Amino acid sequence: MNKNKIIKVKNLVKKFGDFVANDNLNFEVEAGEIFGFLGANGAGKTTAIKILTGLSKPTSGEISVAGYDIYKETEKIKRNIGYMSQKFSLYDDLTVFENIRFYAGIYGMKKQEIIDKTESLLDKLDIRNHKNSLIRSLPLGWKQKLAFSIAIFHNPKIVFLDEPTGGVDPVTRRMFWELIYDASNSGITVFVTTHYMDEAEYCDRISIMDKGKIVALDKPQILKEQYNAANIDEVFVKIAR
Amino acid sequence: MFLNIDYQNLMTSLRVKNISKKYDKVQAISDISFNAEKGELFGLIGPDGAGKTTIFRILTTLILPDNGEVFFENLDIIKDFKKIRQITGYMPGKYSLYQDLTVEENLNFFAAVFGVKVEDNYYLIKEIYEHIAPFKKRLAGKLSGGMKQKLALCCALIHKPQILILDEPTTGVDAVSRKEFWEMLQKLKTQNITILVSTPYMDEAALCNRVALIQKGKILDIDTPENIISKFQHKLISVKSFDKQKLIKDLRSYEFSNSVFAFGESIHYTDKRQKTDVKEIVEYLINKNHKEIKVEEIKPNIEDCFMDLMKK
Repeated sequence: MNKNKIIKVKNLVKKFGDFVANDNLNFEVEAGEIFGFLGANGAGKTTAIKILTGLSKPTSGEISVAGYDIYKETEKIKRNIGYMSQKFSLYDDLTVFENIRFYAGIYGMKKQEIIDKTESLLDKLDIRNHKNSLIRSLPLGWKQKLAFSIAIFHNPKIVFLDEPTGGVDPVTRRMFWELIYDASNSGITVFVTTHYMDEAEYCDRISIMDKGKIVALDKPQILKEQYNAANIDEVFVKIAR
Repeated sequence: MFLNIDYQNLMTSLRVKNISKKYDKVQAISDISFNAEKGELFGLIGPDGAGKTTIFRILTTLILPDNGEVFFENLDIIKDFKKIRQITGYMPGKYSLYQDLTVEENLNFFAAVFGVKVEDNYYLIKEIYEHIAPFKKRLAGKLSGGMKQKLALCCALIHKPQILILDEPTTGVDAVSRKEFWEMLQKLKTQNITILVSTPYMDEAALCNRVALIQKGKILDIDTPENIISKFQHKLISVKSFDKQKLIKDLRSYEFSNSVFAFGESIHYTDKRQKTDVKEIVEYLINKNHKEIKVEEIKPNIEDCFMDLMKK
């Protein structure tokens, strides 16, 4: 069966002067998949994510995201994706509800829809008593979960997660992945980067970048067999060293 | 420089006694005590917000504790703060170098601040610096993450400190660069430098001589990694099946389930009963229609222990 390819990348090249940050990338992501995007620092992951989210233009290549062309339809792409990173997520000096209303408003959601959806989200995360608390007063683990929920609040086709679990405690990190699974089960495609190699095993497929190129791309299980490795950490070290 | 040395404590490099610190209403750390021996690699392991940076800022004399005492090589962090600064090397969590100076200029600057010449202690950083020497004319701001980290370490070492304090040197760093960094630390240990390092990566605990596991400003346990693991009280079972997500849910609803955590490709499970019945777990999973079931007892790692201690 030919599954729906929600991200299509063909011959993606991005140069900064003489420096080739993305050197002819080719990959596709299927709808509803959890796709892990791994690589060493400086391998070119952030450059590629900026292109896929419509923030930067490639030097050459054919790329479509959520069915839209990366050159001509970046505004449509932005409407159909969600984004969350460890560094940039919520506004500390706004309350939980103000953050939800702000993001939902940007995506053009209707007032009543925002109110209804907020109610179910507060219950799901069990933070009803904190609806009017400032974000800065919440524990980091809660913030991360809330940031993720807000990133998919407008029901995007794809959510991009850039090191979403950096620094959070091990229990919260695992609860966060359960939210990722829920989102994936509801049909949202998840595109995630992480430095935790155990998390790579939670992905349906992973790609590993090295020096601007994708050097491995497959299911975690198959990569482990291919590289004769006990876990993805070993695969990663064998590739990047 | 001649210092008063307490010969009874000759081997103890650092003594932290009951320190606490509050920022407005937030109790950042409460009643923290630990010692580090001369030449020891001591790890503070915990997530963001655990209080690791607050402890390090107190040790480096940058902020004062509300209560408690700290002695470095028998110097008091309050009375002798100037002497302590001379013998301490500090690599803060956020990038500490001057972005608009070159690699070489940064190193010379840090040496000059401490009144030493780069040549005097070059042997100490030689192996690390050689990785970045080809780029010595490059601005520090233009270096890659791994190279910045190496330069920052050189700058923290160039005055030959007796104690090196590294605040999350491997955060946001890829798995390979992390391994390289820890190999550098293992080599430095042989120079008899006491090293304190903090990290949110639980797997790095195994590379320390002793660790303090920290959560919400409190120490959960202090010991060697081996001892922490040996104190784990449950029988730890690794469970695999074809559908991992369903497996987590089913194990959680199993009547004897104590903890269920995903760990890479398998699930780590502990049982409420004194005697875990592995056969019965397998039968339960077969009844729940799981395929390709694999169940085995395994040795816990530091992350298992940390999560278990968090529950207590």
